[in-house]
Amino acid sequence: MEVQDTKSTLQVTPRNEEKIKKIWKTAFILLAITVGEFIMAFTMDRGILLYSLFILLTIWKAKYIMMEFMHLGDEAKPLFYSIIVPLIFLVWLVIALVKEGSDIFLMRW
Amino acid sequence: MSAHSTVIEASTKRGVWGGGNEPLKASYGKLMMWFFLLSDIFTFAAFLISYLAIRVSYPAYAGAAETFTGSNEYWPVPELVFEALPFLHGVHAPLIFVGIMTFILIASSVTMVLAVEAGHRNDRNDVVKWMLWTLLGGITFLSCQAWEWSHFIHGTDGGSLLTYVNGLGQTVSETVFGANLMVNEYGPASFAQLFFFITGFHGFHVTIGVFLLFLCFYQAAVGIYDKRGHYEMVEKIGLYWHFVDLVWVFVFTLFYLI
Repeated sequence: MEVQDTKSTLQVTPRNEEKIKKIWKTAFILLAITVGEFIMAFTMDRGILLYSLFILLTIWKAKYIMMEFMHLGDEAKPLFYSIIVPLIFLVWLVIALVKEGSDIFLMRW
Repeated sequence: MSAHSTVIEASTKRGVWGGGNEPLKASYGKLMMWFFLLSDIFTFAAFLISYLAIRVSYPAYAGAAETFTGSNEYWPVPELVFEALPFLHGVHAPLIFVGIMTFILIASSVTMVLAVEAGHRNDRNDVVKWMLWTLLGGITFLSCQAWEWSHFIHGTDGGSLLTYVNGLGQTVSETVFGANLMVNEYGPASFAQLFFFITGFHGFHVTIGVFLLFLCFYQAAVGIYDKRGHYEMVEKIGLYWHFVDLVWVFVFTLFYLI
């Protein structure tokens, strides 16, 4: 039986230091936002302001993950929009269900 | 074709309408992975938005943090529920453990994107190295979650005195320890139910992710991708792994911060 040759025939290109630097920079931003959220959780009063800040920071983190880590920004524009545009429906779902939940609260208490 | 994606030559044997072209300049596998992830986003969003709706239907705990006791009359404060650490019994460490878990998952996402970058350069050694780190991060995260669940189910030393309707339809008043789907010492029954379903569904995704990471690590290590001529599989599994991290970011905010 022939010995399987696993030697690479592909051309290996050297590391793109600029790209790698950008990855670490994004990682640092994600970490910094998370640490910021932690500090806010213990120093600020609980309320609408804090919760809105948490949700905004979360969406900001999600943007970094999708754009930098998943490279969605580099895909063809139609692909980009076919992923992002359907998410608009979720905005309505949030409004509808939070309204529903607060009405249940009023009925119950 | 953008500089970030693997170039795969469309088959010249097939015609344009026979699968020979690449719509949206992405390969079939990558395109399908994106649309699968879109459908998964909706599933997780349905879970998380339901959590929000049920949460606002209960009054929040308004008393002082020091005198907090669990009750099914109000929604608990997360930092007073998730405050335990392994090996340090009785130490009050609010959100520290879940912070470590978040850090581990973000770190494994970073090593994954480094593996994808190495894949674009056809650098087998780098791909194998970063895949191994990612795999390690995934397994560590799962182990942390197993501990978190086990602690949540077994509960605290004191438990909470609750009045609730048990499985036989009787109203009982007793001290409850830990959590199950019927009753829990932390808050309303739906608090534990949502915790089990949402973090469980996420953990299930992580488990599948760990299997896929191992597959990818193995195939890269034995040179299958070199033979195939491209490392696109690393990119596709990378998309899935980043998605798992993305969902955790939302779970973390909704469950542990708000």
